[in-house]
Amino acid sequence: MTPVDYLELALTFGTELVLLVTLGLVLFLDLRGGLGSTLAVRSQRGATLTAVGLILAGGVLLAFPPVADAPAGSFVLTQTTLWLKLALLGLSLTSVLLLAGSEVTEHVGEFCALFLLATEGLLLMVGAENLLMLFVALELSSLSLYALTALNRRHPDASEAALKYFLIGSTAAAGTLFGLSLLYGLTGTLQFSLLAARVSAQTGDPLLWVALALTLAGFAFKVAAVPFHTWAPDVYQVAPGPAAALVASGSKLAGFLVLLRLLHGGLGPIPGTASGFPFQSGWIPAVALLAVASMAVGNLAALAQTRVRRLLAWSAIAQAGYALVGILGSTADATLAVQYFAFTYGLAVVGLFGVLEALAAAGESDEISSLTGLWRRSPLLAVCFTTFVLSLAGIPPLAGFLGKFFLFVAALKRGHPLDHLWLVAVALGFSVVSLYYYLKLLKPVLVTDPAPEARPLPVPGLLALTLVVLAGAVLVLGIFPTLLLGAGTQ
Amino acid sequence: MLAWTLYLSFGAAVASFASARCCPAVARWIALLGSVGGLVLGIVGALALPAGGGLNTLVQVPWIPWLHAEYHLAADGISVVLVWLTGLAATAGVLFSWNVRHRAGEFFGWYLVLVGAVYGVFLSWDLLLLFVFYEIAIVPKYFLIAIWGSTRREYGAMKLALYSFAGSAAVLVGLVAAYALGGATSFNLSTLAALPVAESMQPGLFALVFVGFAVLAGLWPFHTWAPTGHVAAPTAASMMLAGVIMKLGAYGCLRVAMTLFPAGLAPWAGIFGALAGIGILWGAVVALRQTDFKFVIGYSSVSHMGFVLLGLASATTLGLTGAVMQMFSHGVIAGLLFAVVGRMVYDRCHTRNLDELSGFGLARTLPWVAVTFVIAALASMGLPGFSGFVAELQVLTGSWNRFPGWVVIAGVGLIAGVAYTLRAIQRVFFSGESEKAGSAPAHELEPVSLPEKLGTVLLVAATLAVGLYPRLLLDWILPALQTPLFAELRRRAGG
Repeated sequence: MTPVDYLELALTFGTELVLLVTLGLVLFLDLRGGLGSTLAVRSQRGATLTAVGLILAGGVLLAFPPVADAPAGSFVLTQTTLWLKLALLGLSLTSVLLLAGSEVTEHVGEFCALFLLATEGLLLMVGAENLLMLFVALELSSLSLYALTALNRRHPDASEAALKYFLIGSTAAAGTLFGLSLLYGLTGTLQFSLLAARVSAQTGDPLLWVALALTLAGFAFKVAAVPFHTWAPDVYQVAPGPAAALVASGSKLAGFLVLLRLLHGGLGPIPGTASGFPFQSGWIPAVALLAVASMAVGNLAALAQTRVRRLLAWSAIAQAGYALVGILGSTADATLAVQYFAFTYGLAVVGLFGVLEALAAAGESDEISSLTGLWRRSPLLAVCFTTFVLSLAGIPPLAGFLGKFFLFVAALKRGHPLDHLWLVAVALGFSVVSLYYYLKLLKPVLVTDPAPEARPLPVPGLLALTLVVLAGAVLVLGIFPTLLLGAGTQ
Repeated sequence: MLAWTLYLSFGAAVASFASARCCPAVARWIALLGSVGGLVLGIVGALALPAGGGLNTLVQVPWIPWLHAEYHLAADGISVVLVWLTGLAATAGVLFSWNVRHRAGEFFGWYLVLVGAVYGVFLSWDLLLLFVFYEIAIVPKYFLIAIWGSTRREYGAMKLALYSFAGSAAVLVGLVAAYALGGATSFNLSTLAALPVAESMQPGLFALVFVGFAVLAGLWPFHTWAPTGHVAAPTAASMMLAGVIMKLGAYGCLRVAMTLFPAGLAPWAGIFGALAGIGILWGAVVALRQTDFKFVIGYSSVSHMGFVLLGLASATTLGLTGAVMQMFSHGVIAGLLFAVVGRMVYDRCHTRNLDELSGFGLARTLPWVAVTFVIAALASMGLPGFSGFVAELQVLTGSWNRFPGWVVIAGVGLIAGVAYTLRAIQRVFFSGESEKAGSAPAHELEPVSLPEKLGTVLLVAATLAVGLYPRLLLDWILPALQTPLFAELRRRAGG
C-alpha cells in the first residue's frame, strides 16, 4: 500500500472539491447576507454563486484532467467520463440558472447546497469503477434530489411527492444494493473490469439472474422506466423548477450511462437475445421489455394529461423507453447514441422547465390552457417552447430527431440487422402517438389567440439568455451532431 | 447553383419570421423574393448542370462520419422537373396570398420553411438527409392549416400531421432496415440501390416504404387526410399541399422505394395498380357528389394522383415518364384550381357552397375568375394542348400491358372527371345568372388584383408550355430514367 499523496488526490478530485467549497460558501453567504434581502435577491445571488462554482469546476476539469486511475482503483477517467462530467456540469449549470430571481423556495442556501451535492453525486457516479462507490454516489445524488423536491413553497403537495419519491427510490436502491451484493458474492469482485470475466464463469447460476433483475430495478427507477416510474409525474409536477430540471436531465443522463456501463462492461458476457420468441435470457430481453413497457405506458398516459408538467413526466417515461432501445446496441454505438440523446434531451427539458418557471412566476397555473396565446404574450418564450417541444417530438433539424435516430440505428447495428427491427418499429409507432400530445402542447402556444385580459409576460434577462442558449444548442447540435459526438469519440 | 434554392428559401423563412414583430408588411415581399429567386435559380441552375438529365452531384461533404451519412445534394432530370414545379407553385402561392394580413410574418415564414424542405427532399441523394427534409415539411403544414385555415382547421391540421408522421415512421423503419442490411456503411442512394437486399425481404420492406410514402401521395385508402387537409388549409397551403406535397410522396415511392427494393415491386404491382385505379374512380365519383367547391377540387386531387401511382405501379419507362409528367402537370393545375376556389372565389364571396355560389353570377361579375377556372378545368379534364393530356395519356398507354382492367377503370374515372368539372363550372359560374342577375352587384366584389393575375398567367403558361411542347420536360425525365439508379427496375420491367 503506497502512502496517500494528498496533492495528487486533491488534483484528481479537483472538480468535486470546487463544488464542495462552493457548497460551503453558498450556505454561509446566504445565512449571513440573507437576513436583510428579499427572496428574489437571495435566489439571484445563490444561483449566480452556484453557477460560478459549476463553471469553475468545469474549468478545473478541463485544465487539470486527472490521470486515469489504475484498473484496481475506485474511479476512472476516460474520454467518455470526462465528456460526461462536462455534460453533467453543463446541464446542472443551465438548471440552476432557472433559480435566479425565483421565489420558489425560502431556503435558498440549502437549495443551492443540495443542488451542488446532487451534482457531485452524479459526477462521482459516472466515474465510479467500483460497485460500492457506484452505489454510494447513486445514493448521494438521489437523497439530495429527494430533499430538493420538497423545497417548493408554492406547492403544499411537495412534501408528499418527495416522500413518494423517497419511498420508491429507497426501495429500488435496496434492490440494487442487494443485487450488487449478490454479484459480489457470485464473483468475488466489486471492480467493473474484473466483473465481466468472472460473470461469464457463472452463467449457469440462477442467482445471477436475480442479481441482474434487482440491479436493473434501481437504475430503472433512476431513469423512470416502467414499472419504476410512478414517482415521476408527482415529482415533475411539484418539484421546484431547477430541481425538476436536474431530475429530468442530469440525473437521467448519468443514470443511462452508468446503466450502459454496468450492462456492457460488467454484465457484457450475458446479453441474451431479444430477436424472436422465446427470448434467450440475459439483460437484452430484460431491457427490451422495460423499453416497450415504458414507451407504451408513457406515450398512452401522456395523451390524457391536462397539466404541462405531468405531460412532460409521462413523455419522459416514454423517452426513457427510446433510450433503453439504444442501450441494446454494441458498446461503442450505444455509448455515442445514448450520450447524444440523453444530453440533447436534457437541454430541451431544462429549457421547458425554464419556460414553465417564467409562467409560474407570473402566477399562471400548470394547466395546458395557461399557455394560451403565448405567441403574443411573449414571443421569446413561445419560440423557445416550440423549439424544445419539437425537439422532444423528434422533428428535424432539432437534436431530438437525430437523438432518436441514433438510438434506433445503434440497436439495429447489433447482431443481425433484423434482430431488433421489431423494437424499432414499436418505438417509431409510439413516436407517431407522441406527436399528437406534443402538438396539443403547441396548439395553445402558437395557434390560439390570447384572452383579451392577458398581459405580456416579463422574462428576466438571465432566464431569457439561458433559454436562448438552450434553444440554440438544440438547433445547432441537431444540424451539426459532430460538435457533440466528436468530443465523445476522440 | 441548384442547391441555393433551398438555402434561399430557408434564409427567406428566417427573415420572414424576424419581420413578424417589426414589420410584417415586408414579409410578403421577402416571400416573393425567396420564391421567385428559387424559381429562377432552379431554371438557371438546371440549365447549367453538366450532365443535364443524368445524375449531377451538387454538394457532397461528410455529415455524420460515425454513420457514414453525408450532406449530399444531387439532381437528375426528375429532381429538376420537380424543383421547377416547386418554384412555380411557391411563387404562385405567394402571389395568391398577397392579401394575408393576419400574422403575415409567421405565415410566410412557415410557408418558406415548407418550400425549403420540399426543395431539400427533391435534391437529397443521401437518404438520411432526404428523410430529414421530408420530416421538416410536416410541422409547417400543421401550423399553416391550424392558424390560417378555415373549415375544421384544427381537425384537418392534426389529421394531416399524424398521417404524414405515421407514413414517415413506416418509411424510416424500411430505410434503417435497408441501411443495416447493407452493412451500415452508407446512406447514399446510389450505393444502397447497388447493394442487393436479399430478395426474400424485398417485398416486405418495399411495401412498408412504398405505402409510407404513398400516404402522402393520396393512395387510396390512405387518402382521407387529403380532402380535409386541402379544404381546411389557406389558399397558399392548399396549393402547396396538392401541388407539391403530394408529389413528395410520389417522388419518395419512385426515388426510394422502387430503387432500393426493385424486386419488391413485382408481387405488389397488381395490388398497388388496383388501389391506384380505385383511387382514380373513387376520387372522381366522390367529387361528383360534393356541395363544397373546395371539396370538389380536393377529391379531384386524389383522383389525379391515382394516375401518378398507376404509372409508378406499371414500372414501364413510359408509365414512369407519364407519372413524373403527371406530378408536374397536376401540381400546376391543382395549384390553379385551388387558387381560384380559395383566393379568387372564397375570399370574395365568403362561401364555397356550390348552390350559394350560383347566386353570385360570377361569370359576369368576375369574368377573369371564370375564364381562369374554365382554362384550369379544361387542363384538369386532360384536353389536348394542356400538360394533363400528355401526362395521363402516357400513364394509360404505359400501364395498358400491365393492368388493362385498371386502365379501363381509370378511363371511366376520366369521364367522371369531366362530369364533376363541368358540374362545378356550371353551378358556380354559369347558373342562376338570369334569375338572380341583380342580387349581387358587381361593385360589392373586390376586383381581381394584379398579383392574382400574375399568378394565373404563370401557372397557365406552365401547363400550356408543357402541353404544347412536352419535350420541355421529357428531355429531362427520360435521361434520368436511364441512369444506373433505375437499371434494376428497367431490367425487371423488361427494358
